[in-house]
Amino acid sequence: MTAIDPVTLAVLKGRLEQIADEMDATLCRSAFNPIIAEAKDACHGLYHATTGDTLVQGTSGLPIFVGAMSFAVKAVIDKVAREGGLAPGDTFLFNDPYCGGTHLNDFRLVRPVFRQGELFAWLASVGHWLDIGGNVAGGYNPKAVESFQEGMRLPPVKLFTAGTLNQDIVDILAANSRVPGSNWGDLNGQLNALDLGEKRFAALLDQYGEATVSSALDAFSDRAEALMRAAIASLPDGRYSFEDVLDNDGIVDEMLTVALDVTIAGEAMTLDFSRSSPPARGPINISYATTVAACYVALKHIFTAVPANAGCLRPIRFVIPETTLLAAKAPKPMAGYTETILRLIGVMLGALAKADPARATAAPFGTINALSIAGNRADDSRFVMFSFFGGGLGGNPESDGLNHANNPISTATIPPLEILEAAYPVMFTQWALRLDSAGAGTHRGGLGAVYEIEMLRDADVALLGERGKAAPFGVSGGMEAALNRFSWQEGEETLSPPMVSKVTDVNVKTGKRVRLETPGGGGWRDPKARPAARVARDVRLGYVGREAARRDYGVALREDGSVDEAATADLRRTRDAGAAA
Amino acid sequence: MSDHGKTTLGRIVGVDVGGTFTDLFYYDEAAGAFRTAKVSSNRGDEAVGFIEGLASFGALADLSSVVHGTTVGTNALLERKGARVGLITTKGFRDVLEMRRRDRRNTWGLWGDFVPVVDRDFRLEVDERVLADGTIREAIDPHEVAQVAKALLAKGAEALAIVFVNAYANPANELAALEAAKAVWPNGDVTASSQILPEIREFERTSTTVLNAYLQPVVGGYLGKLDAALTDGGFTGKFHIVQSNGGVMSTETARRLPVRTALSGPAAGVIAAAAIAEAAGFANVITGDLGGTSFDVSLVAGGKTALAAQTTIDFGLVIRTPMIEISTIGAGGGSIAHVDAGGMLQVGPQSAGSRPGPVCYGQGNDRPTLTDANVVLGRINAARPIGGKGSSLDVEAARAAIASHVAEPLGLGVMEAAEAIVKIADGKMAGAIRLVSIERGHDPADFAAVPFGGGGALHAGALIKDVGLKAALVPRFPGVTSALGCVIADVRHDQVQTVNLTLSTLDAGALGRRMAEEAEQATAVVAAAGLSTERVDVLFELDMHYLGQTHTIAVPLPGEAAVGLTASDVKKAFETAYQKTFSRLLGDIDARIVNLRTAAIGRRPRFDLAALAPQDGASVETARRESRPVWFDGAWHDTAVYDRLALPVGATICGPAILEQGDATTVVDPDLDARVDGFGNLILERRAPKEMP
Repeated sequence: MTAIDPVTLAVLKGRLEQIADEMDATLCRSAFNPIIAEAKDACHGLYHATTGDTLVQGTSGLPIFVGAMSFAVKAVIDKVAREGGLAPGDTFLFNDPYCGGTHLNDFRLVRPVFRQGELFAWLASVGHWLDIGGNVAGGYNPKAVESFQEGMRLPPVKLFTAGTLNQDIVDILAANSRVPGSNWGDLNGQLNALDLGEKRFAALLDQYGEATVSSALDAFSDRAEALMRAAIASLPDGRYSFEDVLDNDGIVDEMLTVALDVTIAGEAMTLDFSRSSPPARGPINISYATTVAACYVALKHIFTAVPANAGCLRPIRFVIPETTLLAAKAPKPMAGYTETILRLIGVMLGALAKADPARATAAPFGTINALSIAGNRADDSRFVMFSFFGGGLGGNPESDGLNHANNPISTATIPPLEILEAAYPVMFTQWALRLDSAGAGTHRGGLGAVYEIEMLRDADVALLGERGKAAPFGVSGGMEAALNRFSWQEGEETLSPPMVSKVTDVNVKTGKRVRLETPGGGGWRDPKARPAARVARDVRLGYVGREAARRDYGVALREDGSVDEAATADLRRTRDAGAAA
Repeated sequence: MSDHGKTTLGRIVGVDVGGTFTDLFYYDEAAGAFRTAKVSSNRGDEAVGFIEGLASFGALADLSSVVHGTTVGTNALLERKGARVGLITTKGFRDVLEMRRRDRRNTWGLWGDFVPVVDRDFRLEVDERVLADGTIREAIDPHEVAQVAKALLAKGAEALAIVFVNAYANPANELAALEAAKAVWPNGDVTASSQILPEIREFERTSTTVLNAYLQPVVGGYLGKLDAALTDGGFTGKFHIVQSNGGVMSTETARRLPVRTALSGPAAGVIAAAAIAEAAGFANVITGDLGGTSFDVSLVAGGKTALAAQTTIDFGLVIRTPMIEISTIGAGGGSIAHVDAGGMLQVGPQSAGSRPGPVCYGQGNDRPTLTDANVVLGRINAARPIGGKGSSLDVEAARAAIASHVAEPLGLGVMEAAEAIVKIADGKMAGAIRLVSIERGHDPADFAAVPFGGGGALHAGALIKDVGLKAALVPRFPGVTSALGCVIADVRHDQVQTVNLTLSTLDAGALGRRMAEEAEQATAVVAAAGLSTERVDVLFELDMHYLGQTHTIAVPLPGEAAVGLTASDVKKAFETAYQKTFSRLLGDIDARIVNLRTAAIGRRPRFDLAALAPQDGASVETARRESRPVWFDGAWHDTAVYDRLALPVGATICGPAILEQGDATTVVDPDLDARVDGFGNLILERRAPKEMP
């Protein structure tokens, strides 16, 4: 082990992160499907030769992949250990979520980096492909009870053997997708990214030498571990429990529980999910790898200074029994994995808010709202408009929650409505912040949104969402946000899904509309402590209704919108008395 | 090539107003003679220093043009001090501005909110709708628009923005609304998005239009004051403003499109650095302006500055208009060094700025900065500080701060700690340079650094060595680089139009005619500026992609392409550009032209930079001032100190050496040589061929 000076260490850290960032950028710019190109549902990094641990991660990669990718690389390492025959120029491809985490749409490419004939590390790329077969275009099949209804599953296979492409695999993939051209474009984008990463990393090794780079990589992990231990040690020892629910699994209309018991003991943390519901029939199961990855995302959002590599997980013990929906096995369906990990991130925030009120953050809106609108254009060509929608973040010690944000698992931006209207026969009639959607609090949640879309052609609509029954929670006395709502017009009626937030095969006629109203974030601390002038401003700007101002914040407003101080004092006194009683 | 817009040669002054000083560069085009001036700035009343500086060159009546690089727009944006804007938009869409693209502030961390520059109750909706193909589904009611405009006025709006969904595809509703609103609006500050940015993507178009309205009264008022002061002083020439794209525009255009001044000041510096470098034989350079809090980097390849289509000024404040690509990192002379909880040395992003400034300024800061490290290492002359900050710098205080905040926590000596601070900062600057060069596929060995501003030349050696640049070129007058840029910048006007055309069904003749129309409009704007130009060049760029992709690549076409354009010309240009960017072509898939971008550039008469060169009679011996110990690579080196401006052309100074001048210090590392070229620039290069580690 070469001792490494702090200056070289810092320089190498920057260089390595830039390589991963540049890989991210290369794929996003050349990708075909908007879920990578616009929503940045992709990630690149450098991984440990024998453990697969994340060594370096791009700063722009999808947060959930940061934790999941090490499992993906480990799956390849295990395959190589079983079968042998690893050579320079090999590239593995797979989408198996049971060993690699997340869901079938995420295709992973894993390539070894050799130095002087020895395996030095792995480079990997993951990106969300638009469609890989299954019963529903886009893969988010809320009715799936087995993986087979979600799409094709590819175990780790060699796409390239010593630099030679195995065309058979490409042909098999093409035959199993509704949009083979899009997948082919994305695969090429991922290969562009790996080629570039390989070149840049080799140049760095040439310049600094393997020993120095290797020591630096170890040092990064040690440093992440030290920072995570310090962060855990700053929390009071004890056991903190929190639980939240999912509406249903899309098949059986019963709520499912995600329960967490956090134990802090000095510098160590145990995350125990044993009390969670058993595996579900519908597609909201997640694998062990995904659960670990989601915990990682939550910890990174809370302890932002801890670097993004595997070292930060060393002080943490996971208890995720296979008897829960959080460590499901094949062929349990997983397409809706996003909803479960959002709930899981929520319970992490909730439990740690109890441990450390000074850092308490209320629940984000907590659903991806995967909406698919499909049909035929006037020229009979098929279209599939598939998008995720935004909502509010939770109130927090620093500020109100952010209005209309993306989910904590992603850094995705939403496609512009003008791009959607130019590409698909739809017309948005509303794209707006949603009144009274945020949880009340001293710092209230951010607002959710209303999206209303008129069909310019008949279309089949499917939604995979959540938060239709249990709203995003507040913390430290803050209130919960609004529920997610989805509806569509049929004849003169407005209908809603029987399963609240999940539905398929809804036929919406030309001229009729679908409407999605998303939750805001939960509130932080007692709403009656919010300055009345801030509440008056919220009402003036249409964030909070007059009724809610009175009911939740105890603020009475005059006809002209100004604060009625006396009436407000009365209301807030009554609330105090009520709370005390 | 057109030659209209050509005018006679004159006397022109470039003015760069900074936070502390206003720098001016006077140039007599006919005589080829120049002068510089430096006066104090006066924030809030810039006209005083402005006129004082101009008067130092003689009567204002004798000047033909004044060209100004301004940060007034930048500051108004960063400090949120623009006008109260009212927005009229399509029913159902008033929140587009506030909803952004559904992003977050940071990848990690869920705190922080966003306040748009227009509050929600100043964003009102009207009934109207245009479809994506340009069909008008619902026309506007002018009466309703007038009522809404009046309501915004009554609330106190000072400027008005009108943005309708899909206005890029058909501006008719917007223009009708504009007419109706103008009829009731008391001033000229009314803007429609189709006039600012007729490009698809409603948030970016709304943000740009709204920020234009936000800046209109501020920039308009500022220019009005300067205009009045110039007129009072007897100035009868033309007054121009540098745009973020590095081109010059008339003040009329600046008042109409103030959003294009957002990077006016920094852009002028890049223009000058590029011109100086090209004249000196360096067509590929990376400019680096090191100030108190930030390091601004820009790449110039083949003599051309790189333009970015869009810039984010701050979270949620997006401006989409071509701007010189300038990357900024939080590393400047005032950046604070500290050891983090994980035991790693960090420099910045917190900064002591210029007040209280570095510890050695003795103005109350006790946390060590990059400047403090440079002072402790002997690189900056404590007895003769640059920029005239006090009479001398407090080296002992700087040393003590480094000892307690960096050396002790890391277990290093004070000198080693100071050197580490400089190395970390060097690493950050090198990283910023790599981001704009290596990461874009440029080989650093083909590029030279051009450091300017007060601090850049202190770190030139590290940039050469850390990034692998071939050399560094320090302009003769680093402090007036931006003012010089004002004088030599071309006149420029950019336009964009979303066209959404599929390549396989392209009517190339119609596209060619469209290009010719756009070119004519842009050329007319350049001609109207009235600055002397030798010719006007037109450049086209098509934003293109394969069907199915959402990002586009820029496909350049020459100005003459409009005549006789064919679909195969376009296809060939697209494939060439795509291959260059991504290496893998995707043969069978159809391609689309999303946007047509048109730039008209009025080329200014060549500025003979040789005018800046040292006079005959200088010598190395007379330039040598003294020697002092300076810390390099873990040890003190006895280091020669020279008066940089007194060095003759052709002089070569072997490192270690320090070259001092009024507003900048150049450090020549022990393994570097510096030579004075024919223009008076310093060229720093490695002495021996680079050794491989």
